[in-house]
Amino acid sequence: MAKITLNNIAHSYDGGANYALKPLSHAWHDGGAYALLGPSGCGKTTLLNVISGLLQPSEGQLFFDDVDVSALPTERRNIAQVFQFPVLYDTMTVAENLAFPLRNRRGTDKLAAADIQQRVQQAITLLGLEVLANRKARGLSADDKQKISLGRGLVRTDVNAILFDEPLTVIDPHLKWQLRTQLKQIHRQFGHTMIYVTHDQTEALTFADKVVVMLAGEVVQMGTPQELFDAPRHTFVGRFIGSPGMNILPCELQGAEAIIDGYAVALAREYPALAGVIELGIRPEFVRLAGTGGDTGAQSGEGLPVQIVGVEDVGRHRIARARLHSHTLDIIVPEHQPIPAQPRVVFDQSRICIYQNSQLVSWEDD
Amino acid sequence: MLELAGVSRRLGNEDHIHDVSLQLERGSMNVLLGPTLSGKTSLMRLMAGLDRPTSGDILLDGVSVLGIPVQKRRVAMVYQQFINYPTLTIYENIASPLRVARLAAAEIDQKVRHAADLLRLTDFLHKRPAELSGGQQQRTAIARALVKQSQLVLLDEPLANLDYKLREELRQELPRIFAELGAILVYASTEPSEALLLGGNTATLHEGRVTQFGRTIDVFQRPVDLVTAQTFSDPPLNVARVSKHGAQLRLDQFVIPLSDAQAALPDGDYTLGLRPWHLALEPEQDQDKGDAAVPAGCALDGLVKVTEITGSETYVHAQVGAQSWVSLSHGVRHLDVGTALPLYFSPAKIYLFDNTGRLVLAPEQSWQK
Repeated sequence: MAKITLNNIAHSYDGGANYALKPLSHAWHDGGAYALLGPSGCGKTTLLNVISGLLQPSEGQLFFDDVDVSALPTERRNIAQVFQFPVLYDTMTVAENLAFPLRNRRGTDKLAAADIQQRVQQAITLLGLEVLANRKARGLSADDKQKISLGRGLVRTDVNAILFDEPLTVIDPHLKWQLRTQLKQIHRQFGHTMIYVTHDQTEALTFADKVVVMLAGEVVQMGTPQELFDAPRHTFVGRFIGSPGMNILPCELQGAEAIIDGYAVALAREYPALAGVIELGIRPEFVRLAGTGGDTGAQSGEGLPVQIVGVEDVGRHRIARARLHSHTLDIIVPEHQPIPAQPRVVFDQSRICIYQNSQLVSWEDD
Repeated sequence: MLELAGVSRRLGNEDHIHDVSLQLERGSMNVLLGPTLSGKTSLMRLMAGLDRPTSGDILLDGVSVLGIPVQKRRVAMVYQQFINYPTLTIYENIASPLRVARLAAAEIDQKVRHAADLLRLTDFLHKRPAELSGGQQQRTAIARALVKQSQLVLLDEPLANLDYKLREELRQELPRIFAELGAILVYASTEPSEALLLGGNTATLHEGRVTQFGRTIDVFQRPVDLVTAQTFSDPPLNVARVSKHGAQLRLDQFVIPLSDAQAALPDGDYTLGLRPWHLALEPEQDQDKGDAAVPAGCALDGLVKVTEITGSETYVHAQVGAQSWVSLSHGVRHLDVGTALPLYFSPAKIYLFDNTGRLVLAPEQSWQK
């Protein structure tokens, strides 16, 4: 396993007119699990291809530990890759497919047959492939094939990193759960450095220690799932992470209050006068429905009056779509809470984020 | 109304679709929910007239459509892989079915612009598909389905290849866009959460059979059997074999107290089902707000296998006896692998299925009343 260092890595497909990947410097820990998350075209696959060596970046260097691998071809970088669609040898058995990347090594890297046998057995057990071990890969379901693909990445304990490119996109939801948790257990057990590209936030958040959120060739935030949820540094991250994403409402600041369409919302602290576009961010989880009517028993006139325009029941809770003056607002309503006839919304003060020109106004400076 | 009456399709010795009967109303959204190969696409092909049933009949407003060729059926289909004409502009892509139908230019223009407006493609009408993002290309395919003024619109996992956020957006828009058409909408999906967000009606599919059809939220809350409950559950339903003796359920060495209503069930073996968000890491704080007849919660001993944190919520996968259970709770919890962990739930939240898999008990849905 290796630490991966990106030193001013950038890439342009058209000789510098446009950058698919803007200059990027990061150090990723040995044994860390990183997810690259963003919409299509954000540069996440370009970055993965730079790390794997499929793509030579137009600028910058890439280090595995202290070795500059920028100029090395993929096969000399000692990495394992798992792709969106399974790539297997149809005529080999499952066990032979798993053994293949191990048998394929030469010279000082050559493994003894007993070692190969042991690692293959381990992968088979971890992924629950016992009953399929001696079946030919041909004719297996797409789900099973992808499981084996994952297994092939994981049998190699000596690699610098394992790279995953949307490995669970074509997998049915139930197996997705199983594979995700298996990956996580395997990561804990072996401590591979793992880099995982996905556009699915649930996969990214549950898999990674650190999520790298990308937009238009840039990293807009790198953080733990909790950091991305609690304090998105950019309104894009607020909206992109979470389901539904963060509510972003234009406002004006007056000391310790935010004014939204003439309504005052109390803030947890006083803000200085800020220039530019000011917005208030609040996650649907931290908006509470109050108000009277609809047998809530509530009497209060607290909060801002809203109109509920739709309610979606997603099983474990409901998502209320509300209109607050000219803005729309999503609210997560717990399973058993009735929706009042004259609804008002109350924001959890400690969870409000203030944005200036889309950037989080940080609290650290006081 | 589109009616499938005892429709089956056999290929060789295999039943691809087995005895499906459904009634789909005009203007309704109908989700076909099931895993890959459960028969969603086969069923859609039968509805579209691309395949013929081996037995049974398909009727539109009471008239069999089996003799009518596909071209005359006023059916639109949108596939997972977006299909557009690469050399035509977005405008011409949307207009193509109208040109085939030989409509007047002014009428075509009006319809294309209206559809483009609904699908937010107005600014791209002069472009070609390759210049557009995946989401915009799929919106083009949907706009084309829309202008056809079809009686039946079949959407086969139309958002599966799109980015997560785009999917969220389009999923919210689709029912609204098609609502004004008054067509029968059929939407195939593998994802329970997608079915819930789309609302309308859901038919759950398992191995070529429809196991249940009804209002989406009703199917979710009162699945008729275990297979339906498992098909319509993400994260997976926790299940365990239990035996009932009087007012108690036994799960391995654990005893679960039952309410009077629950205790009235005959003694014997059952399968218990519990949603992950009803399996908590703490005992319920506020017992008195619940039904007085509901006994206090009970605890199982679990061992932490893995925890997954989404930022706002934590999934804990725990070993309980021979089973793996999942708990979903609010907040962020870091738990070491192997930690002994009590898992709490209220007996009021359990599902019970009998030995044939039929539902015999479901949790009350108090807020709905």
